[in-house]
Amino acid sequence: MTIRDELRRFVVENFLFGQTDHLPSDAASFLEEGVIDSTGVLELVGFLEQRFGIRVQDGDLIPENLDSIDNLVAFIEGRAASAA
Amino acid sequence: MQVEDFLELSARRYPDKIALTCGATKRTYQEIDRQANCLAYTLLAHGVDRGDRVAVYLDNSVEAVVSIFAILKAGAVFLTVNPTTKADKLAFVLNNCRAKALVMPAAKLPGLQSVVAAVPSLQCVWLAGAAARGEFAPGKPVLPLSPTLERSTLPADPPPKKCIDIDLAALIYTSGSTGQPKGVMLTHLNIVSAATSITTYLENTPADRILNVLPLSFDYGLYQVLMAFKVGASVVLERSFAYPHSLIETLIRERITGLPIVPTISAILLQLDLAAYRFPDLRYITNTAAALPTEHIRRLRQLFPTVKIYSMYGLTECKRVSYLPPEQIDVRPTSVGRGMPNEEVYLVDGEGNRVGPGVVGELVVRGSHVMKGYWELPEETDRMLKPGLLPGEKVLYTGDLFRMDHEGYLYFVGRKDDIIKTRGEKVSPKEIEDVIYSLAGVAEAAVIGVPDEVLGEAIHAFVVVRQGVRLTEQEVMRHCAARLENFMVPSAVFFAPELPKTSNGKIAKKQLAGLRLEQTR
Repeated sequence: MTIRDELRRFVVENFLFGQTDHLPSDAASFLEEGVIDSTGVLELVGFLEQRFGIRVQDGDLIPENLDSIDNLVAFIEGRAASAA
Repeated sequence: MQVEDFLELSARRYPDKIALTCGATKRTYQEIDRQANCLAYTLLAHGVDRGDRVAVYLDNSVEAVVSIFAILKAGAVFLTVNPTTKADKLAFVLNNCRAKALVMPAAKLPGLQSVVAAVPSLQCVWLAGAAARGEFAPGKPVLPLSPTLERSTLPADPPPKKCIDIDLAALIYTSGSTGQPKGVMLTHLNIVSAATSITTYLENTPADRILNVLPLSFDYGLYQVLMAFKVGASVVLERSFAYPHSLIETLIRERITGLPIVPTISAILLQLDLAAYRFPDLRYITNTAAALPTEHIRRLRQLFPTVKIYSMYGLTECKRVSYLPPEQIDVRPTSVGRGMPNEEVYLVDGEGNRVGPGVVGELVVRGSHVMKGYWELPEETDRMLKPGLLPGEKVLYTGDLFRMDHEGYLYFVGRKDDIIKTRGEKVSPKEIEDVIYSLAGVAEAAVIGVPDEVLGEAIHAFVVVRQGVRLTEQEVMRHCAARLENFMVPSAVFFAPELPKTSNGKIAKKQLAGLRLEQTR
């Protein structure tokens, strides 16, 4: 499963109560689509840390990193590249 | 004075001052006033009349603020509906108040077309965002909002006033304990009175820059805009608090002086390493909706030693009741303070007699900020509003229990129906929650009484732990047993990833008993 697929699955299972058809496009903002709120962001961060071994710093808690599937993929890949 | 005067007077006094910042969009007082005038004329042209209800179903945005003031300028009554409200509840609210018009995002219309079309009272829908003219039902127009706001052919002056200050200005729907939301009826006088008292004790000035992350559908968020406009200050509106580091950046970049929060926000803020930042402009932080745990207060005081922290208490039915003067926060961290200016508060027993210091009683509020009642719910209104001192006067029975110390400071004990009676002892859930909050790693805690054959009620605690923290039921009980009388120690502790909340961010305690959760984590 690709990172993108795993993220989609996490969002569907945790924020959309399993409703796959409610998943917005990869570029759509979670906030604007009403997918996520402040506690959701914390859950998402926990998932990134646990699943991808990324240490998410306070300064990373911005929409540019976390607010869509596309942003998340770029964030995770960027971290993987800098760690390599 | 009427609520739209807040904007009109500031537009006259500070026409070119930035009143509102939403993301990259900035608007001056004059711009907002002119746009609100345009929309007001258009509302009138489409049949909105004095006293009609008009719903604003938008995210925090310039359009939402302009709409609120336009509705008031037209002499109508605004209601702000939480943008995350789903179809059924939206339909309920629109039908309940028989809304004449609605302002909503263009993107949501396709999904809600059938809902909107089925509201018989609705005559016109304005759409924010990219939209074209059309109809949502036969003969009922859909109009794009943005060209309406820029119509240069309309008069620059506001429409002639039709209302007086005892007319309704707003309906604010609150989650009722009975299930269906209730519309709190607020007059212009109610809102002007509350806004005057609050801006007085917060010492707001035109130099203030207030960051509002709370939805305008929540009266605490709405009042940030109303009060800022009243004093000619500036508001920075954010849609939410989801990305905490963005809030930190905004606080610094926008040189914010006032930050209103609820305990959930402080819980998240306190997870960040705030010591790494400086906030030289921040003058005050306010908290309401639920009491700040004393542990949060202690840590906020450490992190923001020069910032005034206002612990406050209120309910939508009168907006605000009390505030703790910031210099008292270290002295009485568990108090929500005293009555605000131009308001009288007192405690009564079950028979309505006033009780003295140290005795628990129901809080009664007297003042011109007390609501006119619940929209078309006379019985529920009569339970909350009862005869006061003067003939015809109504005072607000809050249903909240407090005790007062000898200097008149109030201490929240619990909801009237929230007090747990266990082993014949009265127990305040708040007291137990405070103890649990002081346990390292606890983000949120709520305590309820659950019927129990032996105890009367058993105390159950629901706990959310911080990221990466492991706690067990035994550790929580051990912590409580070391700090509370035996009868106050919870008999069960449940762990949850989050606690159910009302739309105002308070923990929805009535839902807790139904949760099935793991008992040890």
